[in-house]
Amino acid sequence: MRVIKTINLNKHFGQLHVLKGIDTHIKKGEVVVVIGPSGSGKSTFLRCLNLLEQPTGGEIIFEGVSITDPKNDVNLQRQKMGMVFQQFNLFPHMNVTDNVTLGPIKVKKIPKDEAEALAKKLLERVGLPDKAEAYPKQLSGGQKQRVAIARALAMEPDVMLFDEPTSALDPEMVGEVLDVMKDLASKGMTMVIVSHEMGFAKEVADRILFMDDGIIEEEGTPKEIFDNPKSPRTKDFLGKVLY
Amino acid sequence: MDLEFLIKYKMFYISGVQNTLLLAIFAVFFGVILGVVLALMKLSKKKILKAIATAYIEFLRGTPVIVQIYIVYYGLPNVVPFELPDMVWGIVALSLNSGAYVAEIIRAGIQAVDKGQMEAARSIGMPHNMGMRYIVIPQAFKNILPALGNEFIVVVKESAIVSVVGITELMYRADTIRGITYKAFAPLMVAAVIYFIITYTLSRLLGIVERRMSAGD
Repeated sequence: MRVIKTINLNKHFGQLHVLKGIDTHIKKGEVVVVIGPSGSGKSTFLRCLNLLEQPTGGEIIFEGVSITDPKNDVNLQRQKMGMVFQQFNLFPHMNVTDNVTLGPIKVKKIPKDEAEALAKKLLERVGLPDKAEAYPKQLSGGQKQRVAIARALAMEPDVMLFDEPTSALDPEMVGEVLDVMKDLASKGMTMVIVSHEMGFAKEVADRILFMDDGIIEEEGTPKEIFDNPKSPRTKDFLGKVLY
Repeated sequence: MDLEFLIKYKMFYISGVQNTLLLAIFAVFFGVILGVVLALMKLSKKKILKAIATAYIEFLRGTPVIVQIYIVYYGLPNVVPFELPDMVWGIVALSLNSGAYVAEIIRAGIQAVDKGQMEAARSIGMPHNMGMRYIVIPQAFKNILPALGNEFIVVVKESAIVSVVGITELMYRADTIRGITYKAFAPLMVAAVIYFIITYTLSRLLGIVERRMSAGD
């Protein structure tokens, strides 16, 4: 079953043509890792999927609904698409529990005690049960990102979008965040991940999308992409990155 | 300096201070209400609202307060069908002026909140207004409050100018005493000291509030 389908997705920033017709789909339970050089449009592609960037052409179908249709209320679909940002974007004026429960309480209107029980469960899942009362500035980068993952999971999404979730972390904190993501993947979560962590991509991805200059240059299983890339651009890129 | 006149005319100063504070408090109060409306208009996506707010702010910031006060004092009573005390016109003029500055303070405070905050709010399904209410405004408030305190101090000082239309605040009272006593200098010095005491106290209080707020960071 296809959870997300994009049809000829285009995005311009003024004169700049960033996405030049992306046709792809994400299946239920699939883990898709998007790799490619900077400026290739991978983050823009991910941000278009939940309309944080408004595409300038093409269509996105999410669970059978065209979310690019102007009549569609995207707030409903965003509840089903968790998003994790490179810069965490935790709410600094709220403690960890309030960060996690805000969406369930205000958007889904579930009772406060239920939301707090859910937050407790999620904080345990990301390994931070003792940080429930802490404020974001008291946390390390890795801890912040794990709280951000818990916040996204609290909406009980069908898909999780990760926008370079480890790029802003100190190297020794990358592992703890990737572990949480691996755990999610193993439990069957549908995930789209923009990442530079090639080792992680190789291990966790069901499919790799290699993006270059606004198009999907090549896609395939990690084995196909890493061991036997067909496109010279893919070969060139993988030859330059260390993993 | 002979300060004997103080004993005789101290009530002039006291009522002057009262009126100065009344002017400043009401001007900032209505200025904030006007400022919030203007700031929201300026941040709005509707071009016409944005244009109106921008034009208003630019005009009020680009013309002298004294001209604005004359326009309000001699112009508005002609279009308002009932009579109002002079103090009210003073408050109106200062509020209209302060609103323009407050609007910029609020706009800057909101825009200083990281863009990622609204994106995070939207990503958990919050509509724009809800994101403003729970995420952006509470954080903007911390940027805005100290600047608003400064605006209050500015208005206390600027309120002296409404003496030109005969509103009996501190500056006007000082002038009256000069006229009665034929002393050109001393009554002004007293007024200056009183203004300074008010503004210095306010800025100290503001410092305490700011420290309290940053302690919560």
